[in-house]
Amino acid sequence: MSELAIERDVDRSRMQVSDKVAVEITGMNKWFGAFHVLRDINLTVNEGERIVIAGPSGSGKSTLIRCINALEEHQQGRIVVDGTELSNDLKNIDKIRSEVGMVFQHFNLFPHLTILENCTLAPIWVRKTPKREADETAMHFLEKVKIPEQADKYPGQLSGGQQQRVAIARSLCMKPRIMLFDEPTSALDPEMIKEVLDTMIELAEEGMTMLCVTHEMGFARQVANRVIFMDQGQIVEQNEPEEFFNNPKSERTKLFLSQILGH
Amino acid sequence: MTQKAFVRTEMLPEQDPPPTEAGIVGWIRENLFSGWLNTLLTLLAIGVIYYVLSGLLPWIFQSVWNAGSLDECREIMKATWGETHGHACWAVIKDRWLQLLYGFYPPYPVYPDANFGEAPVGHWLPAYFRPNLALVLLFAALAPVLFDRVPRKMLVFTAIYPFVMPWLMWGGSVWTPVGIAAGFAILFAVIRYGQVAMGFLLAVIVGVLAALLWWGLIMGYVTAGLDQIVPIAIPSVESREFGGFMLAILIGVVAIGLSLPIGIVLALGRRSDLLIIKSLSVGFIELIRGVPLITLLFVASVLLNYFMPPGTDFDIIMRVMIMVTVFASAYTAEVIRGGLAALPKGQYEGADSLGLDYWQAQRLIIMPQALKISIPGIVSTFIGVFKDTTLVSIIGLLDPIGLSQGIRANQEWNGIYWELFAFIALLFFVTCFGMSRYSMWLERKLQKGH
Repeated sequence: MSELAIERDVDRSRMQVSDKVAVEITGMNKWFGAFHVLRDINLTVNEGERIVIAGPSGSGKSTLIRCINALEEHQQGRIVVDGTELSNDLKNIDKIRSEVGMVFQHFNLFPHLTILENCTLAPIWVRKTPKREADETAMHFLEKVKIPEQADKYPGQLSGGQQQRVAIARSLCMKPRIMLFDEPTSALDPEMIKEVLDTMIELAEEGMTMLCVTHEMGFARQVANRVIFMDQGQIVEQNEPEEFFNNPKSERTKLFLSQILGH
Repeated sequence: MTQKAFVRTEMLPEQDPPPTEAGIVGWIRENLFSGWLNTLLTLLAIGVIYYVLSGLLPWIFQSVWNAGSLDECREIMKATWGETHGHACWAVIKDRWLQLLYGFYPPYPVYPDANFGEAPVGHWLPAYFRPNLALVLLFAALAPVLFDRVPRKMLVFTAIYPFVMPWLMWGGSVWTPVGIAAGFAILFAVIRYGQVAMGFLLAVIVGVLAALLWWGLIMGYVTAGLDQIVPIAIPSVESREFGGFMLAILIGVVAIGLSLPIGIVLALGRRSDLLIIKSLSVGFIELIRGVPLITLLFVASVLLNYFMPPGTDFDIIMRVMIMVTVFASAYTAEVIRGGLAALPKGQYEGADSLGLDYWQAQRLIIMPQALKISIPGIVSTFIGVFKDTTLVSIIGLLDPIGLSQGIRANQEWNGIYWELFAFIALLFFVTCFGMSRYSMWLERKLQKGH
């Protein structure tokens, strides 16, 4: 399924990993009721890193990235995002959320607002950007994801791939320093997966810090600088993509890779 | 032999459908006479419709419009059609329509004893000028809320209207509504400027306390003082003179107008994570929804006085308005909660992930969608509340139903039922049908391609 060909060479010239830390997770544990979903997660992400998180369903990979912008609450351990520690202080949470963009599996666009309004809403209300400026920024990013002509339509009138690109543009309008992708292509037809992946590659080429939960192993191979494999709420293995795919160390990883790449 | 290859050489021209399929004949065939059972049902239905109309139409149209009493009506009927049965006596409506519309509200409050059309020479304001003006202004105040094409600046008038309307209806010093408005100004000012210093919640509490202090203790002296300096007043009208359809609209509009915002707050409260707010909302909704409106009205008319300090005169219409509002709010809250529950979780997460705070997310993302989903339910609740205002007749207020009893108690009209109820039903139907059409229009307008 997932060895989708990316038809162009990825320009790695601007993909610089800095030594500044963007996200630092130490000793993090999370439970859903009595179920221990995330177990002792330790993860440091530097600025400019492109990390792909893979793993079987139910392994906690979505929950992990949802903890980073506090959509899920963690019960133990520390999460520091861009120098701010996630705590119960709502002000901190809102601040982190405005710095961290998130793209969802089901897009989560606002159906009652036009594409342009979807993109300008948060800049206007959270960043207090003047409307004209927010409109210009929004159009800039809509052009970047190649759908400026849809600006006045409503999300319901767009195809899935277009909606997901709008969702990416909407996040980018907040000028985030980190982008989280939660299975961004899982709800899309094969033809549309490519247009969304292309957008994500462009973003990576510009040096954005990205954490992607995805099954697109072609994307992982070409874009990621680190692949993390999770199972049963734990990080089982992490490595550079070349090593990860060609020379997996753990048995669990080998099994997983043989299942998703083996046909 | 089957033909495998086929190439069309000329395109077929478009033809009219056969007459049995299109036009009136086709429609009748398709919908009324398709099969023996449907034909039978159609004939049966025509028979029933004929039977009903053959009784109803003569009753409505072969009727008496000019008579001073029911007996006179019957004499005219006997002389004209030879029977008193099956003909309406609309004379009662002609005689009492002003009462059914306005109750005992004085047509010319400056001259409380003047009857309709008997204003002293030199009085230039038309009869019932104040309630009529209040109604016209009501539409002006509603326009920007109901229709988004109306300029947004009109909302200023909408904000002023709740203070203008009671003054027009009840009269008295102009400083009373100004004083009440000042209380709200104090409340908002404290929240607006106190927020930074003491936080939102504390600012709200202090603001409410300050406003209550102003209304309860200070306002009376200030308005009295202002009245001494600049006496601007219009003649007052007592609450017991209010009545008719005017009273129904008055109670209905206040209850509907207030129950929407209160309902939204209660619905949010019920879904809140904060235990105290949640329990208060649930308790309020369940308590109010669990009792019949009529008991609440009895509480308003009888019980409330026991709990008030002796000597306080708390206006009966005001008490009834509070009770109907409370009742309507509980129902509206549950309808809106249904709309909130129908929204996918992703909408909350989408709003959260962009850094919108709770109130921004509610106002910009959640409520517009939840309210849109709940429009049919909300309007149903509103129509129900409006019709429920007729229950106030049981505690002695003179709404149209109460007045119809009063009219029957008169010797001239003793024994007349149908004509009065038909007229009252027509008034309510027109209003409720209007609300229903508006809600359908709004639903169509808010359809956004999904």
